[in-house]
Amino acid sequence: MSTKVKEILAVIVITIFCLIFYIGKINGWETIEFSSTVSMVIIFLLVLSLVWILILTIKGKMIERRIVFLFVGIAVTLPLFMGISQKIKSSPEVVSLYESVDALPAGSKVLISFDYDPPSAPELQPMAETFLHLCFEKNLKVITMGLWPQGPQQASLAFEKVFSSEKLKGRKFEYGVDYVNLGFQTGNEFVIQRMGSSFKSMFPTDYVGNAYDDLPLVKNIKNFSNIDYCFNLSAGFPGTVEWIQIGVDRFGVLLGAGNTAVQAPQIYPYLNAKQLTGLLGGMNGAAEFEVLTGNPGKGTKFMLSQSFSHMVVIAFVLIGNVAFFMSGRKSQLLGNEE
Amino acid sequence: MRREVPLFITAIVGASFVIQYFIPHPPFNNLSDWFSDWFSIIQACAIILGALNLMKISFLKVKDKKPDWVYAAVIIVSFLFITIIGLSEGEEFRLPGTKFDWIYNFIFIPLSATMFSILAFFVASASYRAFRARNFEATLLLIAAFFVMLGRVPIGDLLVWFMPEGYQLSNLASWVMNVPQAAGQRAIMIGIGLGIVSTSLRVILGIERSHIGGGE
Repeated sequence: MSTKVKEILAVIVITIFCLIFYIGKINGWETIEFSSTVSMVIIFLLVLSLVWILILTIKGKMIERRIVFLFVGIAVTLPLFMGISQKIKSSPEVVSLYESVDALPAGSKVLISFDYDPPSAPELQPMAETFLHLCFEKNLKVITMGLWPQGPQQASLAFEKVFSSEKLKGRKFEYGVDYVNLGFQTGNEFVIQRMGSSFKSMFPTDYVGNAYDDLPLVKNIKNFSNIDYCFNLSAGFPGTVEWIQIGVDRFGVLLGAGNTAVQAPQIYPYLNAKQLTGLLGGMNGAAEFEVLTGNPGKGTKFMLSQSFSHMVVIAFVLIGNVAFFMSGRKSQLLGNEE
Repeated sequence: MRREVPLFITAIVGASFVIQYFIPHPPFNNLSDWFSDWFSIIQACAIILGALNLMKISFLKVKDKKPDWVYAAVIIVSFLFITIIGLSEGEEFRLPGTKFDWIYNFIFIPLSATMFSILAFFVASASYRAFRARNFEATLLLIAAFFVMLGRVPIGDLLVWFMPEGYQLSNLASWVMNVPQAAGQRAIMIGIGLGIVSTSLRVILGIERSHIGGGE
């Protein structure tokens, strides 16, 4: 069978699976969940196959990259169906973010900037939903905006999800009074700079075209001095760094942030310098925040996948290094690589 | 004049932004607001220009049947399809329940997430093949990566359940992130900051002219 035929077959199989899942989602099929015994058997088989790969590698046979891809695929997908729970411990930066929001009195105005797009949504959307949930639980007024074009649409999705949650289902939230989505504005960090003197100049209308002055929640908000707390969800530029440099340093905004795992290390110096009240880093940060607020969601659910995939990557790194030292044939190993 | 006018505008705008940071009072703050508004307008125009340019390049690629022209055709069809759907639904095209919203939720989000998630597979493969303890620095990096990767997921603490509270892998990962990592980041940031200051000064003073299409 040629590679082309294999690729076409793989695409057909994936398409069929996607269609089945889509039909299932529309028809509200129940979630498949493996029992603990099945989960343990799967984990055992996974470990056994990794040991087998280690033996093969020590013998001087590097496995193909497709095998690595297969293991990562298994490590990411199968835990989604496992009913195993993990103890998630909150890190100090997540606790400090929670405490800073918890200290806000009811009615405080919170500005949330959605500076990301769908590729980063698996990490940042759970943070957005949990943060919004916390705000509405505490009766805080929420204003959302985006420095990225797709940000406000992600905000819209998060609102939809939060309002349909069990805890908030019975409560009524009025658009324009309890929350507002100001939409996207071009200009990157200059938008933050301009908001320091006038919000209205950057957002003359909201996400759906309502005039700024017609929205009771924001019509009296002139600039950052009328905002009690800011939260930035960032996947790059413009994002948290710009909010700190202009919003915090220039206009004295109280800022918390949620970042992708890749970007979070860049933000730690600001956190240590107290320019941020707290930080949620990647899926782990989202899960910790969910546990802390008592609203377990996607972050908590996906952490099992993350644990498994980290373990698989570590296992492959160890296998590669064990072989590197034990074989004593470094050049041969390199030569055997594809 | 084609060079002098842009250089003059750059100098005025750059200098006013520097001054307004230290003197946030009229007329400097007003000037800064005015220039910020203009920046937003220019960037909005640049987005349109970028989209039109993408269309032009894609059309030419399809017309000349250049390599991979099929992908360019997909770009054109997708662009026109989404634009027509969006425009046909008026100002509320992004609200839940619209066709645009359906496309966003069920086509754009899964496709974007798929592209990004491919990274996980390549990272794993690259780590297996190249992440070796070849020398002291590489070993240090490997050890740090090992502890941080384990410490950032709950399973890490589970593996060292016998360790007392405060000495678990999550604490070690936090220490790595907050101390050596933050110190390294800070050093890089200071270096970048100094570089930005010197380059900005060169641009404002008209010494650096490459942005207007010329050399020194």
